Amino acid sequence: METNTEKQEYTITVYTENQVGLLNRIAIIFSRRKINVESLNTSPSEITGIHRFTIVVMESRDVVLKVVRQIEKQVEVLKAYFNTNDEIVWQELALYKVLSEEITEKVKVERLLREYGARAVAIRKDFIVFETTGHREETNKLMKALEPFGLVEFVRSARVAIIKESSGFHEKLKDFEKREPSEDVIENEYLGKREAVFTM
Amino acid sequence: MATKTLEKEQGELLSKVAVPTKKLTGSQAVLEACIAEGADTIFGYPGGAIMPIYDALYDYNDKLTHILVRHEQGGIHAGQGYARTSGKVGVVFATSGPGATNLVTGLADAMIDSTPLVCITGQVFAHLLGTDAFQETDIINITMPVTKWNYQITDATEIPGILAKAFYLARSGRPGPVLIDISKNAQIQSFDYEGYTPCNHIRSYRPTPVIRKKYIDEAVALINNAKKPLVIFGQGVILGKAEKEFKKFIEKSGMPAAWTILGLSALPTDHPQNVGMLGMHGNYGPNVLTNECDVLIAVGMRFDDRVTGRLDKYAKQAKVIHLDIDPSEIDKNVKATVGVWGDCKETLPLLTLGLQEKDRSEWLKVFADYTQQEYDQCIKEEIYPTGKEMTMGEVIRIVNETTQGNAVMVTDVGQHQMVTCRYAKFNESRSNVTSGGLGTMGFGLPAAIGAKFGAPNRTVIGIIGDGGIQMTIQEFGTIMQTGVDVKIMILNNQFLGMVRQWQELFNEKRYSFVDIQSPDYVMVAKAYGIAGAKVEDRKDLVQAIQTMLAHKGSYMLEVMVGKENNVFPMVPQGCSVSEIRLK
Repeated sequence: METNTEKQEYTITVYTENQVGLLNRIAIIFSRRKINVESLNTSPSEITGIHRFTIVVMESRDVVLKVVRQIEKQVEVLKAYFNTNDEIVWQELALYKVLSEEITEKVKVERLLREYGARAVAIRKDFIVFETTGHREETNKLMKALEPFGLVEFVRSARVAIIKESSGFHEKLKDFEKREPSEDVIENEYLGKREAVFTM
Repeated sequence: MATKTLEKEQGELLSKVAVPTKKLTGSQAVLEACIAEGADTIFGYPGGAIMPIYDALYDYNDKLTHILVRHEQGGIHAGQGYARTSGKVGVVFATSGPGATNLVTGLADAMIDSTPLVCITGQVFAHLLGTDAFQETDIINITMPVTKWNYQITDATEIPGILAKAFYLARSGRPGPVLIDISKNAQIQSFDYEGYTPCNHIRSYRPTPVIRKKYIDEAVALINNAKKPLVIFGQGVILGKAEKEFKKFIEKSGMPAAWTILGLSALPTDHPQNVGMLGMHGNYGPNVLTNECDVLIAVGMRFDDRVTGRLDKYAKQAKVIHLDIDPSEIDKNVKATVGVWGDCKETLPLLTLGLQEKDRSEWLKVFADYTQQEYDQCIKEEIYPTGKEMTMGEVIRIVNETTQGNAVMVTDVGQHQMVTCRYAKFNESRSNVTSGGLGTMGFGLPAAIGAKFGAPNRTVIGIIGDGGIQMTIQEFGTIMQTGVDVKIMILNNQFLGMVRQWQELFNEKRYSFVDIQSPDYVMVAKAYGIAGAKVEDRKDLVQAIQTMLAHKGSYMLEVMVGKENNVFPMVPQGCSVSEIRLK
């Protein structure tokens, strides 16, 4: 197991109520500690009305643990988890805009698409937009490949991630709705587990 | 002109609800919520955007007491003082824009010191939000980091539910300040009022964690096997209303107990197991012995850096048991061997149950020896000075002798605060009101006013330096108008004393802008109709303090103390608690 002070990529998953301003409440927890957010995504979750934040930071386990507790302390936050990359399945989506003339002249587009698992999502006389999903290295590879042929625009989405060990939030939510929650729902369930805190 | 039209509009709205129907305006719903929550005293200051609420207040005079302060900062500090002595939620009203931003210091103070407050601010009409309207400010985003929760209401129908939530959040779990911003249209809007239902559950909010037996058992075993256990306690004991439970806990196993400045008065100061104050200007024994105990039991405290000194040399030899209601405090600064999360009102009796009765007189004797050393080298000269100049310590000693430890002492921030906390005697809980975490100069005077409203049957003494008093001196006006009976003692050393002390010790006496002049406080008090006196000679001191305390109504006593006295002992910043200096 890595040491607790070594920095690495952590993916923080936060289940929240849907309320105006919550994004800011969560964001200032990071900015107050001068932690750069590498990627942030908000989306609906498996449960109607419950939102799911996916936040990626490069930090030590010690710092992430404290930050996660501060996040959980926010009134509208139901639960927050943090995971290393080997504990999640994640994807990012990237779009690339290239000039049609340039790319069709110089590259075998079908080969490019196959090689990088890309799709053409828009084909016009003047430009083409490709799309790939994958890890950062994969989306970067296509960017590198397209650069010589005049990559006009590039954009990559935030990370979305699924926790491998997770059994979803439905059961947990039922517990939250009770006045007397089970032990499982209690914040700080990491405590006492120490080294094996990442399970859900 | 615009105001007049509005008043007319409000009048019309109000006349509609004069007959007992179920229609209420948003403003009336706010006040109904305050009544339902038992918030009998409100500290506030009116202004354009909160006028509808003040207009409604006009008809609620028999049910609610509103204290008109002189500045919103004074209002919120008074709310804090009220909350701290009464144990209830303090309520503060302010208008939009500058009124709201003037609350920020108090919010930050209440946040870090876990003081339950509900602040209601007026806001511009909803359709003007984001237009840079007159007195519009984004108070929700400004106050986000310094509130436990905040919310903007633009529709009156939300008011009962949101206020119920606000009061519930402010007082439950680890208490804290909540700010509710209400746009003017929502205050005016009339709606079908279905009564007030207090809130006691929010699904995404767990105020008190479930206690896990495993950690209780582990903690009990550690304490029972400990040879030299030391209990350190903070405000959690007071906030949890667990003073009795705490006393039983330490008495059963005979453990010494030391306090943080916010924990002060949770245990009577003359309790035989009370070994004194922790931290930078705390007592000798508790600081040194923190690094010698074998089990350190922290109850409702958060290991602030002023308590721990250098963290990597703090209690490294000890197993640490940490009791806290806020899970994020456990392991935040000091790693806990056993974290007992939960409300200490519930966890302490569970621990007590498992404890073996022990005689720890030898261990307590070690503390007594340190106390004696500290007394000989430091305390004696401070409280019975042999020099010509009066000291802050002797002033507090005489106050103790006069009040017998039964008064509420409210302090500002600086040397006088440390001296008061070190030497004040307290018999009962909720007697010490001070700005701990934020260290807010200017807190003392308004907090003393609020403290008296929160504890009207007790003697309240505000002890304030010549720096801090000048930050919120306008609140003399509040004393004048309300006739509140607070005793204000200004300990005047003609310096910003704490900064001067540091400049003397660490900046080669380069006294940079600490030489502060004072007005004639007796004349200032007099101008506000407050009786007062100034003592410059020791022979008058006892009599002056007795006169002040015997005086019917508010009183201001200025005591001229030594200019360049230092507060000792002291753990210099960046040093370990064992490196505490006695001089």
